Amino acid sequence: MAHRVFPREEYLLKGHVACPGCGAAIMLRHVLKALGPNTYLVIPACCTSVIAGPHPRSAFGVPVLHIAFAASAAAASGMVEALDKLGKPANVVVWAGDGGTVDIGLQALSGAAERGHNIIYICYDNEAYMNTGIQKSGSTPYGAWTTTTPSGNPGFKKDLPGIMVSHRVPYVATLSPAYPNDTFARLRKAASMRGGLKYLHALTPCPPGWRYDPSLTVEIARLAVETGMWVLYEVENGVFRLTGPSKALLDKSKRKPVTEYLKLQGRFRHLSSEDVERIQKMVDENWERIAEMLKESSEHSGKQG
Amino acid sequence: MRLLLTGNYAAAYAVRDAQPDVISAYPITPQTPIIEKLAEFIDSGELKAKFVRVESEHSAMAALIGAASVGARTYTATSSQGLLYMYEVVWWAAGARLPIVMGLVTRALGPPWNIWSDHADFYTVRDSGWTMLFASSAQEVYDLTLIAYCVAEHRDILLPALVAWDAFEISHTYEPVELVGDAAQLLPPKGAWTPPLAAEDPASLGNLAYPEEYAETRRIMAEAARKIPLVFAEAAGRFRELTGRDYSRGYECYRCEDAETVFIAMGSIYGEVRLAVDALRARGAPVGALKVWLYRPFPYRGVAEALEDKKTAIVLSRTASLGAMGPLAADVATALALNGHSLKLVEFSAGVGGVDVTMDDVLAMYKAALEKEAGTYFWRGR
Amino acid sequence: MRRGGDVSRSAGVDRILARPTVGAVFSGGWRAERPVVDASRCKLCGVCWLFCPDAAIGITEAGVVIDYNYCKGCGICARECPFKAITMVGER
Repeated sequence: MAHRVFPREEYLLKGHVACPGCGAAIMLRHVLKALGPNTYLVIPACCTSVIAGPHPRSAFGVPVLHIAFAASAAAASGMVEALDKLGKPANVVVWAGDGGTVDIGLQALSGAAERGHNIIYICYDNEAYMNTGIQKSGSTPYGAWTTTTPSGNPGFKKDLPGIMVSHRVPYVATLSPAYPNDTFARLRKAASMRGGLKYLHALTPCPPGWRYDPSLTVEIARLAVETGMWVLYEVENGVFRLTGPSKALLDKSKRKPVTEYLKLQGRFRHLSSEDVERIQKMVDENWERIAEMLKESSEHSGKQG
Repeated sequence: MRLLLTGNYAAAYAVRDAQPDVISAYPITPQTPIIEKLAEFIDSGELKAKFVRVESEHSAMAALIGAASVGARTYTATSSQGLLYMYEVVWWAAGARLPIVMGLVTRALGPPWNIWSDHADFYTVRDSGWTMLFASSAQEVYDLTLIAYCVAEHRDILLPALVAWDAFEISHTYEPVELVGDAAQLLPPKGAWTPPLAAEDPASLGNLAYPEEYAETRRIMAEAARKIPLVFAEAAGRFRELTGRDYSRGYECYRCEDAETVFIAMGSIYGEVRLAVDALRARGAPVGALKVWLYRPFPYRGVAEALEDKKTAIVLSRTASLGAMGPLAADVATALALNGHSLKLVEFSAGVGGVDVTMDDVLAMYKAALEKEAGTYFWRGR
Repeated sequence: MRRGGDVSRSAGVDRILARPTVGAVFSGGWRAERPVVDASRCKLCGVCWLFCPDAAIGITEAGVVIDYNYCKGCGICARECPFKAITMVGER
């Protein structure tokens, strides 16, 4: 009984402006339910700037600071320090798209992480500049069609969670709108950590941008995890752990082939079989690295134990 | 209490006395002594503020937008390239109606790299809705910084304010500065203005607005900006009661009453202009000088009154005027036109990039202005 | 939930703030098809409620209620319902 497990209160109000089937909207609903009303959102230019509703109507039941594209982590830094100084503790949460995080917002995010402000930074990643009409971002995966990569993206997706891990922030985690239990656990953990930047990265499918029927959003988000293309994990004070259903996927035979995920999306329709093989290989190699890392850290703690 | 302070230290002391909650800044020559001094004040406990040591100027202003949106009193300082890097969010701060205060040490813009005094950076934000004050001495830096908080946080205004002063001539040279004993008497009490964002009363600041709604926000800003001269005069009046120093007109006239020619300037050059005026007066030349403190909103009526029956205005612009009259000269021309006056308007771009302008230069400019036609001229020295 | 005190109001700042509003837009007008719930198959598991991007699905012990003022007809609820209790029907 989901409605008995998850909080009923809505802080993303119906009648908002997201596209039908928007993965980010699902994610945002879950995030706000997990965090509750004592939450300030800082939102740079992104889809949510429009989803939020036209002035004077806000689709949010929490306070929101809309801010310039590059500036969300910096604005949140100032806000959290002010609230602390003024004796009004609250969740200060950046809710930013991939463009505003991995590209134009990266500098400010890096600074905020290094300074260790007590903020939660959530990147909802639809893998392109969707708000401006589906242009390639630093988070666009290899081979994906976008309006600026009409033959498919020749580049590779930037690993933001990995970059944040090397900033030695206290918490990094990946999320999916298909797994709300996992989402709630990550958010609650992040919110309970005093001090330091908590970085969360959600893969949020986008019907118009990924070219699929809106009804498939949750299914595609699920397949991203089930194929191993999107890994659910957390790094808590430097310790890496697989979470949710990803825990079971170290065994390659348990992972669905990437074609199950790719074939549902028009943005991958033009992929050659070589491209698909390449993508499968990249996924498998990533999992081998994860397996190595887990082996090393368990050996290491074994030695210490 | 009187201390021997540079312009930069005067700013830091004024900020200490204003007791902001959050400061944020990125280092740039020649602003750095301000933020270093503020860091010392925080360390010593004299200033109880959070210092967000950001990774760029754009982030410095963004951090203050975040802080002010929830009700913090704030401060930052920058110069030149730093202001331009911050530019987008300087406008954002005004549109968000946040009473942020900023110090601007006016420095030339590259290329080529130049760290010295020039007002090009200052003028870039003249249409942004920020209240803009120009200080021509360390004392004025201190005084106007406190007055800036009074204007910015006033319930009828709620627009950010900046105080500018020259690189090196003012920022790094020492003079005696009288501090205000208890700045809390002068400034609005902390928390007197209701912040836009509070969890107990959720609202959203900066939503997408269609044209009609957007235009309305700008109309409301324009209405608030119209009140700034009055609010400034009132705050300056209270300041005068406390200190005896009077900024209330927004400008100052020196020996203008029976003058035929008036020099108009802002910044350290004004000191040389005054010496030149005295020298010329000693020779019987009917000259005076006008110093602008309140640059935005510009005191059109006051300046027009000061120039009413004059024959020539010589504007010293500390920036190159490229393809147009420089901003200060254009504002003077507007003041005259709006009030139905006319005179010969001559502008000299003098001191560009920090070139020294001395009394002898000003004397030569006087002579040149009498010979030249109205217009703008690049001053290349005597 | 308005705060007391109107110190900022006279500067017009109040009018640049957007307020929490159900129905920022009439998104129900976007639909090409609408979800219809077969109550006989519905087990009140809440999955549709949980995954609706628009919070347009209400759920009580009496059953699932879809707010057609705001449902955009995306079809996620129909797709995800474990009991196939929701079908998408074309709008007239």
